[in-house]
Amino acid sequence: MMQFLGLGILTWITFLPVAGMAVVLLLGKDNKQAIRWTAAVFTGIQVVIAALIYMGFDRGMSGINTMAGFQYVEKVSWIDIRSFSWFGNLKIEYFLGIDGLSVLMVILTALISFIAVFASWGIEKSLKGYFALLLLLDAGMMGVFVSLDFFLFYVFWEIMLLPMYFLIGIWGGPRREYAAIKFFLYTLLGSVRMLLAVIALYFSVSVLDPATGEKVHTFNMIAMMNPANFEPGSLLEGVGTTWRYMAFIALFIGFAIKVPIFPFHTWLPDAHVEAPTAISVILAGVLLKMGTYGILRVSFPMFPDAAVAYQIPLAILGFVNIVYGALVAMAQTDFKKLIAYSSISHMGVVILGMAALNTQGMTGAILQMFNHGTITAMLFLIVGVIYDRAHTRGLNEFGGLMNQMPRYSAVMVIAFFAALGLPGLSGFISEAFSFIGAFQAFRWIAIASTIGIVLTAAYMLWTLQRVFLGTLPEKWKDLPDINGRELFMLVPLAVIVIILGVYPAPAIDLMSSAVNTLVDIVNAQGAMALIGQ
Amino acid sequence: MLPHILESAKLFYPELALTIAFCFVILAGLVTRNRIFTGLAGMAGVLAALYFVSVQAPVDGTAFSDMLAVDGFSRFFKIVILAATFIVQLFSLQSAELKSRAMGTAEYNALLTALALGMCLMAGASNMLMMYLALELTSITSYLLAGYTREAEDSAEAALKYVIYGAVASGMMLYGISIVYGLTGALDIYSVNQALGSGQVNLWTLILAGILITVGFGYKISAVPFHFWTPDVYEGAPVTITALLSVASKAAGFAMMIRFFRVTFADLIMGGQETGAWAMLGGFEWNEVLAVLAVLSMTLGNLVALWQNNLKRLLAYSSIAHAGYMLLGVVTMSPEGVSAVMIYFVVYLFMNLGAFYVVMLVADKTGSEEMSAYAGLGQRSPFIGVAMTIFLLSLTGIPPTAGFVGKLYIFSALIGAKMIGLVVIGALNSVVSLYYYVRILKNMFLKDAAPGGAVFGLSVPEVAMLLLLLVPTLLLGLYFGPLVEYAQASVSIFGIPR
Repeated sequence: MMQFLGLGILTWITFLPVAGMAVVLLLGKDNKQAIRWTAAVFTGIQVVIAALIYMGFDRGMSGINTMAGFQYVEKVSWIDIRSFSWFGNLKIEYFLGIDGLSVLMVILTALISFIAVFASWGIEKSLKGYFALLLLLDAGMMGVFVSLDFFLFYVFWEIMLLPMYFLIGIWGGPRREYAAIKFFLYTLLGSVRMLLAVIALYFSVSVLDPATGEKVHTFNMIAMMNPANFEPGSLLEGVGTTWRYMAFIALFIGFAIKVPIFPFHTWLPDAHVEAPTAISVILAGVLLKMGTYGILRVSFPMFPDAAVAYQIPLAILGFVNIVYGALVAMAQTDFKKLIAYSSISHMGVVILGMAALNTQGMTGAILQMFNHGTITAMLFLIVGVIYDRAHTRGLNEFGGLMNQMPRYSAVMVIAFFAALGLPGLSGFISEAFSFIGAFQAFRWIAIASTIGIVLTAAYMLWTLQRVFLGTLPEKWKDLPDINGRELFMLVPLAVIVIILGVYPAPAIDLMSSAVNTLVDIVNAQGAMALIGQ
Repeated sequence: MLPHILESAKLFYPELALTIAFCFVILAGLVTRNRIFTGLAGMAGVLAALYFVSVQAPVDGTAFSDMLAVDGFSRFFKIVILAATFIVQLFSLQSAELKSRAMGTAEYNALLTALALGMCLMAGASNMLMMYLALELTSITSYLLAGYTREAEDSAEAALKYVIYGAVASGMMLYGISIVYGLTGALDIYSVNQALGSGQVNLWTLILAGILITVGFGYKISAVPFHFWTPDVYEGAPVTITALLSVASKAAGFAMMIRFFRVTFADLIMGGQETGAWAMLGGFEWNEVLAVLAVLSMTLGNLVALWQNNLKRLLAYSSIAHAGYMLLGVVTMSPEGVSAVMIYFVVYLFMNLGAFYVVMLVADKTGSEEMSAYAGLGQRSPFIGVAMTIFLLSLTGIPPTAGFVGKLYIFSALIGAKMIGLVVIGALNSVVSLYYYVRILKNMFLKDAAPGGAVFGLSVPEVAMLLLLLVPTLLLGLYFGPLVEYAQASVSIFGIPR
């Protein structure tokens, strides 16, 4: 295990932003440059740690449901309540670790947070509060991806809500108050349902305490994945029972609101349109992935019976997301709203891929999570660049920018072609994998979903045409081209998009053994459920 | 007889300390008008009572011929009550509202200790007559304190409303008690339980009596539909008294109610069921009555709070909603549920008093309790803004604050008892509550201050007071092991087999 100053590396990567927040809060309000650089340095170190994690990550270890398969594990007792007979004992641990499912998300979070700091360079209003909240948000997101104790997971999951509320609500656009509270209410609505499922799981699962030999209820996620740990007669014991389906649905709604899966998606366009650029980048780049990550980390391995039983409904939801998102995106004239709906459409691919419950589909889904994170971050940055200059996002107001802003156009073309799935760019690989997996599992839904790809190509190309071709309106004659800071944010993402488009192995190698294990668990236990019926 | 009284008096030290403090402060008021002096004297009495509670031997027993039970359960609630009283006494030293009134400060401080005494008696009362007397002692002192700033019109109105509602509720309760006495020929709840257990009682009459008695409890904990006095009294009374009523008098009401239902209606001979839940006598499930009250309180409290613009009124409705959450814990009729209520009260003590303290500070500095006074508060006084944010998040139940732990244990008790419908209603309610708590946040941080909105700093005692409430609100959210262990160890009610 990698350690530094007695603390594990995952603790560092999670709590560095909190340290950064403390430093920012100590700085003077008018010391703006120092505040910006503090945030940049702390998130920069986070990227370095993520790189170390990437290099030291053992590709052969599988994770998912075995303690031994996790890497960089840190496990310390946090709350340990020993009480009287009726209460049973309670154990909450500070339990961190990553496997193939989470490692890509950790890297993505570090990267996107770092870029978001630079995307926030132009913020002037209450700079100190802004960066403090941004760093807190960063810590919350990272915590979700590294925690393996459900209590800890839930705490991190909820910690993000408040910074996000303020970041949209204070620094957002004209309808920011509405968008911020809508985001807050929707997510809390989802997470309280999740909480109920967590409590039910907690009551149903108990493990033997090696020290005393007593049965102890636990929030340990890995213990919750082992059917043998479910106590006889408890709420979620057994296979394919009504309670288990209900718990699965409760968890699913909690995660689905975050993804967001139709019909829980209505908060997303509002939040995106009102949020400042950097927050849109984080929202699309990382936050949405927490939903799909939760389904993969929690719902599938803990409720394989329900995952198999609800495979087709899940696939249909994926199909609806893909096609509905694309259709609505096509109708948008607001650049940012268009990207927001395209996000819904692309997350549908993730749902479709994971619903396949086979290796190709899940690999595609996880890869798509990463790729969507990088591509959509680029798209929102691109919107931000044009909005900073023109102060409008109306697509119909632009035209002929190709000659006016050549470097900008080049970056935008890469991002757009990656988003529509052009071979050679990363989006193609993950969509292809997802669809191949889906095709094996449910042929007709997969075929129907390909309509979405056509639609995506249509609105993406149409958008390019509206912005770049035609005649340049008189008022945009002196728009400056993209500057160095903006290129600094966009070029690394573009490089990742191209590399993973040509040679995706570095990403796929990280997850393949974890994906295989997850597929095995779900199918083996899910099959038991089907036989049981 | 005398040896028994002397023996009992040893268990009665906390209450004696309060009585002595009460007499001393009243007499001191004849000599001095120094409000700090009488305030400190009252606080000394409360601290002494806290000390005597904490050194009491952890043995269960009763005092004065089964009038009062002295057990872990009552000790726990006495600590909550006394701690709340102590914090409110600290508030009172700082309150500008009280400073403006020169007369009768000794009476104010004396009444606070009398109120604490009444509430401590409520926590231990195990005889219906004692219950009634303790309730009246608490109520009458509350009426006086609610109307303390009697020059203010709303304060006088509040006190009068309070008296009328209180009189009706306690009258109904007394009627219920008299019916139970008629049915069983006993007043102390253990004998009542025995008489009921013999099965010679008309069930419908008993239900009528039980419901009448519940009216008295419901009034004290301000559960819907006995809540009508709450918003007006909370709005009209001085902030310090509102804060005390919202925490301590609710705690006393809950303690008395839980003991009454637990001892009177539970089948003591059968003992606990396998899950630890209690079996009820006569097959009438009292918890269904309480479940209705809980659902009504949560839902109505939260929905009406959405429309409030006066912070004290808003917190009044929020406190009704919180009474609903806590009632959910009682509904399980299990040790888990009761310990969850106890945990919730400790958490609620800090977060609710914290919110009221902020209301008091803002009212002292701006002269207003309206939502508009909070516009831009985050810029004008960042520390108050951040503190209020944490208190409000805690009231909503969002981790890593203490409020989350309270809700977690309530919800856990319900899921453990497989009452899934109720827990879903509770969870949805906490989402509704977010909306009105966040309205305050919105005003503090998202709105710009009105022109002329004063920037105000805080004095050292004010910062210290805020920290005193803020630190536990955060700490108990991150490390709640000791609290939970202590609460679970304190569930023992005298005369109940474990």
